[in-house]
Amino acid sequence: MTEKIKVEKKVLTKNDRLAAAIRDRLGKRRILALNLVSSPGSGKTSLLEKTLGKMGSKLNMVLIAGDVQTENDAARLEKAGGKIVRPIITGGACHLDANMVTRVLEQLDLGETELVFIENVGNLVCPSGYDLGEDMKVVLISTTEGDDKPLKYPAMFRRSSVMIINKIDLLGYSNFDVDRVKENARKINPDLEIFETSCRTGDGLDEWYAWLTGAVRRKREKTPAV
Amino acid sequence: MSHDIIGNGKGRQNIMHELQLAREIIAIVQQELVDRHLSGVTEVGVNLGAISGANPEALTFSFEASVAETPLAGCRLKVAYIPVRGNCRCCRKDFELDDFIFICPHCGSSDIEITDGQELTVSYLVEK
Repeated sequence: MTEKIKVEKKVLTKNDRLAAAIRDRLGKRRILALNLVSSPGSGKTSLLEKTLGKMGSKLNMVLIAGDVQTENDAARLEKAGGKIVRPIITGGACHLDANMVTRVLEQLDLGETELVFIENVGNLVCPSGYDLGEDMKVVLISTTEGDDKPLKYPAMFRRSSVMIINKIDLLGYSNFDVDRVKENARKINPDLEIFETSCRTGDGLDEWYAWLTGAVRRKREKTPAV
Repeated sequence: MSHDIIGNGKGRQNIMHELQLAREIIAIVQQELVDRHLSGVTEVGVNLGAISGANPEALTFSFEASVAETPLAGCRLKVAYIPVRGNCRCCRKDFELDDFIFICPHCGSSDIEITDGQELTVSYLVEK
């Protein structure tokens, strides 16, 4: 019998269901959830360290730091003042999934929380396909990478809402062109909110903090879906 | 850290992204076997979008390796690669993109809706 039986079921249904449950749980509490993605070494942890330094006393944050191995990032975030920091060690998986995030959130009392940062595994490919229940993806790219990266990883840049161009203090040490990376990024996603920062010098971070404050406020003011 | 560390569980190392996807597909197939009272499955059809983030060859390899020495042994995976297709809200024309530049090729507008190319679905089964 070669008759085809129609199925039409999405692969990743388990992850999608778990992500929807996370989105629902955080949404009911008006907690903003941001999924931080990038290649390894673009500056995700540094960005969170600086954000903690400036905003840690103003915003109640939960930080989830995912990596294949080590708790190094989580340790850095605790040192930077993070009060609720949890590591996820995937042991091999190249991305975080909603099951891992669910298990972390289950351990936490989110009563006072306003913002959850999820620092994904450094990878511009796989994380784009795994919904973690976040409100938005924030994609980082640094000036020591290629400025054609948005074209090479269209799924990730398309699915992100914010792009942060980091390490602007190193402009001129490579052929990276800020205008070109913005042009390339806008070809993939014309709605991207773009920031230019240096976590080392602090340049450009005020604009990021202002956006973050606004995003948290907008989430809090949103009427819950019925 | 004094709290429980969430990880991937002992011995559950995922080597490839497509291996995890293959396992999800197998779980869907096994559920269909039960729900539809099928005797077995010889072929599974999958629609894999160009920007779904999955690689067709790696997925096929992972699937066929994963079903070996199970009741689904010998079951083939047929992957249909779905290109990126969309519709322009500005000029209302349909288009297909092969370069992932998300701009309408007819009028240049970026106000577009992507209708195909992001999916990863099990589309059909062939019963033994």
